[in-house]
This record gives sequence, structure tokens and C-alpha cells, in this order.
Amino acid sequence: MIIELGHFALILALVAALLQGSLPMIGAARGDAAWMALARPAAFAQLFLVVFAFCTLTYAYVTSDFTVANVVANSHSAKPLLYKVTGVWGNHEGSMLLWIFILAAFGSAVAAFGGNLPPTLQARVLGVQAWIGIGFLAFTLFTSNPFLRIFPAPFDGEDLNPLLQDPGLAFHPPLLYAGYVGFSMAFSFAIAALIEGKVDAAWARWVRPWTLLAWAFLTGGIALGSWWAYYELGWGGWWFWDPVENASFMPWLLGTALLHSAIVVEKRNALKTWTILLAILTFSLSLIGTFIVRSGVLTSVHAFATDPERGFFILILLAVAIGGSLTLFAVRAPALKAGGLFAPISREGAMVINNLFLTAACAAVFLGTLYPLFLEALDGSKVSVGPPFFNATFAPLMVPLVFLAAIGPMLPWKRGDLAGALARLKLAALGAVAIGLIAWYLKSGGPVLAVAAMGLAAWLFVGALVEWTDRVKLFRVTPGESWRRAKALPRSAHGMTLAHAGLAIVMAGMIGSSVWKAEVVANLRPGETVEIAGYSLLFEGVGKLDGPNYQAERARFSVTRDGEELAVMFPEKRVYQVRAMPTTEAAIRTTLFSDLYAVIGDADGQGGWTVRIYHEPLVPWIWLGCFVMVAGGLTSLSDRRLRIGAPHRQDAESSARRATA
Amino acid sequence: MFRRLMFLLPALVFVAIAGYFLWGLGPARDPSAVPTAMIDKPVPDFDLAAVPSLGVPGLATADLAGGEVVMVNFFASWCVPCRAEHRYLTAFAEQTGVPLYGINHRDKPEDAAAWLAELGNPYRRIGADPGRAAVEWGVTGVPETFLIDGAGRIRFHHRGPMVPEVIDRDVMPLLRVLKP
Repeated sequence: MIIELGHFALILALVAALLQGSLPMIGAARGDAAWMALARPAAFAQLFLVVFAFCTLTYAYVTSDFTVANVVANSHSAKPLLYKVTGVWGNHEGSMLLWIFILAAFGSAVAAFGGNLPPTLQARVLGVQAWIGIGFLAFTLFTSNPFLRIFPAPFDGEDLNPLLQDPGLAFHPPLLYAGYVGFSMAFSFAIAALIEGKVDAAWARWVRPWTLLAWAFLTGGIALGSWWAYYELGWGGWWFWDPVENASFMPWLLGTALLHSAIVVEKRNALKTWTILLAILTFSLSLIGTFIVRSGVLTSVHAFATDPERGFFILILLAVAIGGSLTLFAVRAPALKAGGLFAPISREGAMVINNLFLTAACAAVFLGTLYPLFLEALDGSKVSVGPPFFNATFAPLMVPLVFLAAIGPMLPWKRGDLAGALARLKLAALGAVAIGLIAWYLKSGGPVLAVAAMGLAAWLFVGALVEWTDRVKLFRVTPGESWRRAKALPRSAHGMTLAHAGLAIVMAGMIGSSVWKAEVVANLRPGETVEIAGYSLLFEGVGKLDGPNYQAERARFSVTRDGEELAVMFPEKRVYQVRAMPTTEAAIRTTLFSDLYAVIGDADGQGGWTVRIYHEPLVPWIWLGCFVMVAGGLTSLSDRRLRIGAPHRQDAESSARRATA
Repeated sequence: MFRRLMFLLPALVFVAIAGYFLWGLGPARDPSAVPTAMIDKPVPDFDLAAVPSLGVPGLATADLAGGEVVMVNFFASWCVPCRAEHRYLTAFAEQTGVPLYGINHRDKPEDAAAWLAELGNPYRRIGADPGRAAVEWGVTGVPETFLIDGAGRIRFHHRGPMVPEVIDRDVMPLLRVLKP
């Protein structure tokens, strides 16, 4: 009964979305305030109904209601409670419901906090948001209904894919979707602006916080996903350039570009049509990502159960959403008024270059991801595009980007002084050389490019800090005065420093763990030792262990370095009974500077076991850096000007800021 | 005019990409299909013992060149898709009279016996394969299925479960050619 109520609520949510997408749009066109005012209650109603539907499905999972087909296919009574809850979105149908939930939540946020938006803009933004909702609600109800019953009900469920029974992956989809769907806000604002025919600084001030929030979520979601791949898949790698990973990475790249170009619209009223296009493309890539993951167009190690019929439905959605918005762009954008002019060497110029590199990097990833499809369509041959392509195209685009990311913030708006900016970066150059030399010394040689790349990471890190210390005049005035200046600095300035420094940390982690990784594969009997990177691991044997819904073989290694006992590591190999599916559970011993990573493989039947041990320098920095980047995004989000977003305060504040900058 | 065209460019690019997507959804296309190198080759040399306690003989190369079209299916009791395809294979063997031979891949004999006792045994011969035969046959995972002509050459290789679509689309037309 409860599940039928959930189904019914979802149908009503579609009705609410239809209302929200039609009447307020007409009202905005006619200037009818009453019709426009319908958008807000409709958005709240839609959220309420979707939340209700979501709760009923969650209830069915928690109580293991095996009359619901979706629960049968993805849950089991012996599954721990946490994974019963996360199982709700660990499958195609439930994840669509989560998608819709987050979409409705963002829509309601505009309804709740958008009181100071011009009424027509708000009505149109909510209207566009509802159009997206209509598409996905219809998709879910017609092709992916999670509320279907099954008769006769089986005694127990088929369990959730064991790889998904993991805390890292439990929260990966919600964060990722919050990121994907968050970009729908920028999209809705862009479409509304095209309909209105007006883009101004107030518009950008509205778009930026939503983009920033989505970007922070997406950064966190991608980081969590890669962390999960690292410790769960047992290969010791954290990024595989798999189509599904790329699907989340492309919106991130364009979203990052959008973050930067929106600042130019806000501060300088320039780059307007470009920013609109970026907003459309960023969300379009989120949609294309959804399509790639669920349609079976490309093969991937972790796609959803795919279905061409669903794929066709999503393709129609894509055609309407992306094709429609780009057509609208083609018709309306030429009429938008061009903004202010600026010299090539200026803050705006730096942002343009940033955008060029990020867009080019995104295009490279897009081409690499879809190239197998394009080629197969043209001559029927099957190829797979792997890491070598991406490393060869993506990395060279990142080098100038990172190099310039240290310089850009030093340049003033309109007209900059490159020599002056570079002069302020002397310390960063020094840091780059120092880190490069240290890497050279520690790794006694190593590839020259890797050493140079470490130097580049140091350049960005020190450069970001120098910019910040210059602003607060650290060490040049009294600490108290610096503190006062730091407090007076807009939060977005702190946020930028954090985000850029975080990127430098991520980069160092990526370089360290890919270039200086050590790997030993050995067949060991109990009592034998393996040596790696100065550690010795004594294999003490393998014992059996029973989990709630799996059986495990657990190995024991004692780790010593220079005769000193450091740790005991327990890598496991599990078999989940219901699906008879094996998983590896790597044992990881981390210091802040490196990870020791152990995996056990199969027994050879003669008392020996295959074991793989990795030593990965700096790998924790990847996730540490992502955390710092997210912290930067959230700090920037708490900036007063974004929190309030009130146009009338802008002039006084921004002129004050220009004076301090 | 040129300026207008520039603004139209993103939409045009999207139309092209959408065209590829539409093609990619075509029902006959299987992106995970790995081209097989085994087609038109003679079956590899192998000789597998019977699974104890089943009462069905084992399988060797010599059994596959008897002038008759046969189907060879790699399966295992621990493999979920094998369970799914089982009834289609059974029906196929019954309706066409094509002898169905099994290769029981990396399985415990008692598990295999229990599995066949539960689902029924359509196999005339079953060889127990500890893993080597799968490599010889170019099998990457169970289930995989082959059709062998009377001369002992592989004429069809399918990775994944033998669902009715595959049987109707690929196997039946081939069977009409091989066994008129």
C-alpha cells in the first residue's frame, strides 16, 4: 500500500512539474503576476511529493519488502542496514529517483531563496527547471518505475552488487548527482536569460553560487568515486579513464570553466554569450553522462544495467534539452549586448585563457571517450581508447593551465602588468625549483618530466599562497594587522587560494603515485617475506572469516622497516554468497606521504598465495587536495556577496573591494 | 550572417553527435562484443574427463568431428547468467535435435551435479575443465557457446548467455545453412 502511495506521489509530482513548467512561463510572457506566482508553490509541492515517493521506496528497502521488484533485485534481508538504505540508489530506477529528488530540491531552493530575483526571471528559471523535471519524471515513470510489484514474492532478495556495499560508494552517487543536477541551475538561468534577452551582473551573481555549490559537490563526488576505485578494485589505481569516469569529469572541467567566466560577467560585464554557452554545455554534458552510463552505447566497467529502449528515451530527452537550448542560443544570443573591453594581459584575459584550456581539455576527453563509437559507426572497427591517449592529450593541456593559474590572480582587471605579476611570483619560482630538486634527490633521478611536474605543482601552491600573503601583508605588518586584513578579505578570495592550493596538492599526489609507484607480485607461503620500498612484509598466513552476507579469506602481514615493527595488515578476499561474487578488500597502511597497499589473490593449492603489494608515494594527497578544493569552494560560497546576492548592495561593496584589491 | 552561423555551430555539432548516439543505440549493435578469433578454425586439442557421479561421458576433440553439427557450451554452477540461459539451451537442444555438449568450467563436481539435478541436464557429454580448455578455446568468461560443423570447425561463437534473441538471430539461420 505504502509503495502504491509512493508511485501515486511521483505521478502527482509530474503533474506539479507540468503546472510549474507551463503557467508561470505564460505568466512571465504576458506579465501576469498571479500566474508567475504559481511557480513557487508548485516547486515546493513537487519537492514534497518527490521526497514522499523517495521515502516510501526507502521504507520498502529498510523493511525488506520483497513484493517490490526493485527491492528484490537489489537487496537482501541479511544486508547491513546502511546498505539497505544506500541500495535505494544503488540501481538504475532508484538512482533516477534520487536524481529527481535533487533536481526538485534545487528548484525549491530557488523558490525559497530567490525572493529578490526579478519576478519574471524567477518564474522562468523555475519553469525551465520544471521542464527538466518533467523529462526525468516521465522517463522514470514510463521506463524505469521503481515501484513495480512482483508476484509471487520471493523469500529473499538477490542482494546488492557487492562492489557497491561499501561506505565510499554509498555516498558517491548522492554527491555526484548533486553536482550533475546542480549544474541544471546554471542551465535554467541561462535559458531564462536567453528568453528574457538580458544578461547582467546580477544574473551572474545569481548563477555563480549555484555553479559553485554544484562544482563543490561534483569535486567531492568524483574524489569519493576515485578513492573507492583505489581501495576497492584492488588494482592500486585511482583513475582509469573509463567512459563512466569521463562522463563525470567532463562536466567538472566545463563547470570549472564556468565558475571562472561567471566572475568576468559579474565583475566586468563581459564574456556574456560565452558564459551562457558554457552553462548550457556544462549541464548538457551532465545529461550526456547520464545517457552514456545508462544506454549501453559504450562499454564500461561500471555502467548500470543498460537497455537500448531507455537509451532511446534519454536520447529524445537530450535532443529536446540540448538541441532545443542550443537552437535557442543560436537564435537569441546574437542579440545580447556585448560587454566591456579588456586588454589581453589582464585578469579577464587570464580567465579567457583558463577557459580555453579547460574547454580544450574537455574536448579531448570527449573525443577520447566517444571515439570508439564514432569509428565503429564509420567503418565498423572496434577500438578502445585507453590511458595513453588521455595522458598524451590531457596532460599537455594541464601544464600551461596550472602554470597560468598562479599568474592569473596577480593580474588586475582590465589592464595587467605581466612583469609585475611575475616579479611577485619569484618566491613561487624558487619553491618550484626547490621541490623539483628535492624530488630529484629523493628519487635519485627519475623521469625529468615528473620532476618538472612536481616543480610545477609547487609553483602553483606557492603562487597561490604568495597572492594571499600579499593581500593580507603577512610578515610585512604586525600579525594583528594581518589578521584584521584576512578577516576583511572577501571569503571568495580565501576560497580561491584554497582551491588553487588544493589543485596543486592533487597534482603532486597524482604525479607521485603514477611515476614513483612500486609494485611487487609474488607467490608467498606463510613465513615468507616480501620487500618493497624499504618495508618488509612478513606473510603470516590466511584465515577464514564470516561476515553478515559474505565469507572472507583474510591474510595477515606484519610490516617492519629497519627491524622495527610498524603495523599489521589484513587484506581480504570476500565472496558474497547471494551473488557468488568475489571482491577484494585491499589493506592500506597510510602515512601522509605514502600508502602501502596489499591485496591477496588466489591460493595455488600447494600452500602458496599470490599477493600483490604496492607502494604509492603521495597518493593520499589526491584526496587531501580534493578536500581542500571543496573547502575552497564552500568558503567562497559563504561569501557575503553570494549569500545575499542583492543587486543594490553590489556597487558599494565591489568598489570597496576594488580599492583593497 | 557569418556571426549568426557561429552561434549556430554548437547546435550543429550536437546534431552530428546525436546522430552517432542514435546509430549507437541500434538493436543489432553490441558494444561489448569482442571479435572472436576462433571462427572457422578447427576446435582446439583437448581431452576432458567426465564430471564424477553425473553418469554423462567426458568430452574430447575427437567427439566433435563426427560429421554432425553440435553445440558446445561453457558453463558453471556459480555463474548466474548460466542459470538464466539454461532453459533456452534446453529448449534449443530439444527442438532442433542438435547435440548439446557442456564444458563445466572451474567448478566443484558436487556443485555441478546439484545444479544439474535442480535444473535438468540437457547435455549429452560434459567435460570437467579446471581452466586450461577455456584458454584453448579463447573463452574469457562463462557462459560462452560455440557451434561446430560436421568437419569439426567452429562456425559460431557467442560470449554471454544464449537468450532467445541470439538463438533466433544468429544460430537458427546458420543452422539452416549447416544442416539443410
